[in-house]
Amino acid sequence: MTCRDFLDFLLDYESGDLTEAERKIFDAHLAECPACVSYLKTYRQTIVLSKAAFCDQQPLPADVPEELVQAILAVRSGRTEQSG
Amino acid sequence: VTKSMVAPLDADEASLVRALQSGEAEAFASLVRTHAARLLTVARRFLGSEEDARDALQDTFVAAFKSIGGFEGKSRLYTWLYRILINVCLARLRTKQRRREGLIDDVLPRFLADGHQAHPAQDWSDPPDAPAQRRETRELIRQAIDQLPEDYRTVLLLRDIEELDTNEAARVLEVTAGVVKTRLHRARQALRTILDPHFRGGSL
Repeated sequence: MTCRDFLDFLLDYESGDLTEAERKIFDAHLAECPACVSYLKTYRQTIVLSKAAFCDQQPLPADVPEELVQAILAVRSGRTEQSG
Repeated sequence: VTKSMVAPLDADEASLVRALQSGEAEAFASLVRTHAARLLTVARRFLGSEEDARDALQDTFVAAFKSIGGFEGKSRLYTWLYRILINVCLARLRTKQRRREGLIDDVLPRFLADGHQAHPAQDWSDPPDAPAQRRETRELIRQAIDQLPEDYRTVLLLRDIEELDTNEAARVLEVTAGVVKTRLHRARQALRTILDPHFRGGSL
């Protein structure tokens, strides 16, 4: 197995989609390739970082001003009047 | 999809659905007030601009009001609204043609003829959760995600940020599960490449 193979099939390795035999081949490559160990580690960190990047974007009721709520509801009543 | 998103309707929600289906104005106001803030947060992630996000929110509720008659209670109301919103956001992104065909190849790993990494990966110095606690770091990562070509950015948002599973993401995007997997992997690899110079050697 080459680094190219390892990186190409990394998602399957991470998702547990490999057979036991395939997994052993991946692990054997990891045991002898520090660059792929680092790649795997930083690939995982990338996922953690991207999740964390949005953690401060919590919904606040104040984000939805009353005008917006009314505008949304007005579309509905407008539609009802037209159809009824 | 988390467990809470597929749980059956509780009594309060079931009675709200009945009120919506019989056209009670109060019920529509309650639906909007309960879910708008959470949905708006999601719309901002996909669309970036506040104006677009608000338009998408409005389109979502308008679509929901039209189709509430057909709501069968197989999912929570939020889940149902959420799916409508994702579709509205994706449709808006398609019309904008936002870097749809960007060059992802430039930020994918490169290899030597013998299959070794051309630029061998090195560890990043900080633990991943420490830098992410800083506001400027979160901003840096969000900007990096924004640099991804649209098809890849969308999959990354759906799978890693919104945490849809592969099949759900495939259904929303109308592509196969295999396409979702390939794009997710490339998106993560590209993001890793973009972030690498920032995290290598403890610059953050």
